[in-house]
Amino acid sequence: MSDLTPGLREGYTGTSRDGREAVPPGRSRSGARTRPAAWIDPAFKGVTALFAGLILLFVAALGVVLWHKGHPALTTFGPSFLWSQQWNPVKGLFGALPSIYGTLVSSAIAIAIAAPVGLGVAVFLVEMAPPWLARPVGLAIEMLAAIPSIIYGMWGLFVFAPFLSAHVLPAVKKVAGGSFLFAGPPMGIGMLPAALILAVMILPFIASIGRDVFALVPAVDKESAYGLGATTWEVVRHVVIPHTRTGLIGAIFLALGRALGETMAVTFVIGNAHKISASLLAPGCTIASTLANEFSEAVSEIHIASLIELGFLLFVITTIILALAKLLLWRIESRIKGR
Amino acid sequence: MKKGRGLRLRRKITNALMLAAAALSAAFGLVWLLWIMATLVRKGLPAINWAFFTQLPSPPGTPGGGLANAIVGTLIVTGLATAIGVPVGILAGTYLAEFGRGSAFAKTVRFVADVLVSAPSIVIGVFVYAIVVMAMHGFSAIAGAVALALIMIPVVVRVTEEILNLVPDQLREAALALGAPYWKVVLAICYRRALGGMTTGILLAVARVSGETAPLLFTALNSPFWTPSLDKPIATLNVTLFNYAMSPYDDWRGMAWGAALLITFGVLATTVLARVVVGRIRI
Repeated sequence: MSDLTPGLREGYTGTSRDGREAVPPGRSRSGARTRPAAWIDPAFKGVTALFAGLILLFVAALGVVLWHKGHPALTTFGPSFLWSQQWNPVKGLFGALPSIYGTLVSSAIAIAIAAPVGLGVAVFLVEMAPPWLARPVGLAIEMLAAIPSIIYGMWGLFVFAPFLSAHVLPAVKKVAGGSFLFAGPPMGIGMLPAALILAVMILPFIASIGRDVFALVPAVDKESAYGLGATTWEVVRHVVIPHTRTGLIGAIFLALGRALGETMAVTFVIGNAHKISASLLAPGCTIASTLANEFSEAVSEIHIASLIELGFLLFVITTIILALAKLLLWRIESRIKGR
Repeated sequence: MKKGRGLRLRRKITNALMLAAAALSAAFGLVWLLWIMATLVRKGLPAINWAFFTQLPSPPGTPGGGLANAIVGTLIVTGLATAIGVPVGILAGTYLAEFGRGSAFAKTVRFVADVLVSAPSIVIGVFVYAIVVMAMHGFSAIAGAVALALIMIPVVVRVTEEILNLVPDQLREAALALGAPYWKVVLAICYRRALGGMTTGILLAVARVSGETAPLLFTALNSPFWTPSLDKPIATLNVTLFNYAMSPYDDWRGMAWGAALLITFGVLATTVLARVVVGRIRI
């Protein structure tokens, strides 16, 4: 595109229609230069390229700085920092395992809930609801993603947790019997409540990407199935979902990436205990909640370094998950563009 | 014949069950939204009065007091972040849409920006702590603004690029054919055409960062007073909300609900406004 101008200029020869000699481009009839300075174009391109490069510099610096500042934790505790269960700021002993465990378990439960529900929402919006209903409902679901994380946290602590412990968890305990998964008092604060709130927070991501990829399925494919007598569910199950599998997996990975790094909501409701419990009702912690709770109050250098190392771990985990998500989503995008 | 009817019945029942499940899922999402909103209004409204907007925080147990400094602090930090993040994001996005397009460099930048859009904001907070707070030997409004700007930049980059991609190439070619240099085409044609969409994108980015708390906890920190200068800790609504909500005092918690109401409606109003604007201006 940018090389179009010089080409035009070189091709501009000959005489004008009134027979006078043509005015060379960039000059008025009196011969004065009117052409804007030629250096502006490359300079403009250069400046924009520089800022684009800043993005790469930023992510590289992010990795290097976190690695470097967190390194003392690894040199002090060795690689056992990753699997030690100690977290004792008073004695200066730190291990990442409880935080890593909490991060992975809370996100896994959240995905297990949000993925089917999010797909259900997408099916409702695309295949069932009439347009006058689908638009406002879709917007409302997206509003769930716009509510700040800290609001979920505060609401979770003061409204949802008491509700859970009064009405839901006792019943769950009764149904589950003496299962170790639901041992301990039903406080409404702990791994399961945190995962439930996470599920609601990531639901809109799965629902809205699901809706977008569902809408891309060619109408002819669906109509053929309907023409053969398939029910709506059979069309969804055998035409729509196989067609959009890549996009749906991408959406789930994206939501997983969000859940892993979600901070404020989890900090309020997970209970912030540095131990690993088999029970889903027991308090735990995640990498993000540990950072939010302790960072501004950490004094000793090894405490700060350990926290930064945790941040580095979170950065690495989420970057891998999100990169996978993007690759999957890009694949479905390019397939649709190539069609 | 009988067998066929049984099969049809089973298929119909499966269909009805699955569709009911889908409709329930949508209802499930709506219930949470309504529940949260209702709680916010019910608990937040009593805290909102004239003093809430005009007075400094008071110690627990003392009646009165407000969050004037935190409201102004949020505006300052978000404003600074916007001032840093938006120009950087627009220029980088312009490169991707106008110059880089399919080049390997542009593809890499696009991919990295896409990943950063969803990156955990608390990690950005840790990063800014390591490079700004440690270097300046203290928490500051500037550090908070830098953290928010870094969160905002990838969003603005992607929005700018996508909106510029919607500008038809014929417009660019027409302007070039009239002899306009390319930078002028971008500034006077592409930007003008993309103005509505870019405004929407920037509003969404601002709405998003104004609800962020995690990256401010250990960059901007907090303060019970007016902040004298930008290299000092500054109060923001979000961090104040966090501290008040976690405190054991009832009047502080009441104040926190007021802050929660204010933040949520600010963010949602901006988001809806942005959507309505993009609905009007067709690109």
